[in-house]
Amino acid sequence: MVKSFRQKFRIFVQMGFTALTNGYAAGFVNGTLYKGDTKFLCVPGLNCYSCPGALGSCPIGSLQAVLSDRNHKFSFYILGFLMVFGALLGRFVCGWLCPFGLVQDLIHRIPVPRTRGNRASGAFQKRKTLPGHRFLKWLKYAILLGFVIILPLTILDIVGQGQPWFCKYICPSGTLFAGIPMIASHPELRSALGWLFTWKFAILIVLLILSFFVYRPFCQYLCPLGAVYGLFNPVALVKLRIDEEACTKCQACRRACPLDIDVWKNPNSPECIRCGRCKDACPHGAIH
Amino acid sequence: MRSRLPALLLLTIGLLFLFLGVCQGEAEIVFRKATNLCLECIGLG
Repeated sequence: MVKSFRQKFRIFVQMGFTALTNGYAAGFVNGTLYKGDTKFLCVPGLNCYSCPGALGSCPIGSLQAVLSDRNHKFSFYILGFLMVFGALLGRFVCGWLCPFGLVQDLIHRIPVPRTRGNRASGAFQKRKTLPGHRFLKWLKYAILLGFVIILPLTILDIVGQGQPWFCKYICPSGTLFAGIPMIASHPELRSALGWLFTWKFAILIVLLILSFFVYRPFCQYLCPLGAVYGLFNPVALVKLRIDEEACTKCQACRRACPLDIDVWKNPNSPECIRCGRCKDACPHGAIH
Repeated sequence: MRSRLPALLLLTIGLLFLFLGVCQGEAEIVFRKATNLCLECIGLG
């Protein structure tokens, strides 16, 4: 349940930014893509450039596009965008500016039905993390290295061109914001649907269902963009500071954190998405 | 100010990288990819 002004404001910013960066309404009506100059630029969040409304480019898709190009084996351009967004905001991008993060947040806000059987068994309880979180959280770094960097660089076709492996085999944001609207508006594409779409659609459905029970499963375990921004969290301009004199180590921040981070010990954890719930929960105002 | 130094340094390097990337024609690759339907992204190819 959303309680504080900050959390209401965050939802407002998430929705506003998603609408702003996907504001090409004609695309949704006609099933076309925006072809203006803003597509030279990357947006900070995981926002597929094949979404009919997208006005900018996805940094992860763009990184794979450059790396898989036969004339480029390194991307200064995308690394530049990632460094600028990372140095300024870190994973604040995930918490406030990412459309797929918004979708997961909205699903997680749906309350669990309060049936007697459910309360007794505890089978359908909301939880912060998955079992094995300590190991699973490293999966996103493996996906970043494997599917976003190494595979597009090394598995090449006959003309030396690679593939966007993450977009092709994993990205649920592309399926939701690009695949479904495009297939809905282009009947001729439906005849081409095969096992790949079924696979990607299954990933999307599993993640959406999981989002109901677990807070942001895609961001916590699979998102390569979150993995990149997490590395910037300790140095980014937007970061948390603990007032050591005011902090009583009561752990109210950890209890409030939807990602189960020990904020008082590690305020700039790579997992923190800067939602600000710890600040709202701290009874001593020790988190700045 | 000292605590902001790494971020400002990374920001400067990032802007420099952006400039280098534009000079190397990477922005055109991004634009070309972003303005044509990405079959991989939508699960078709």
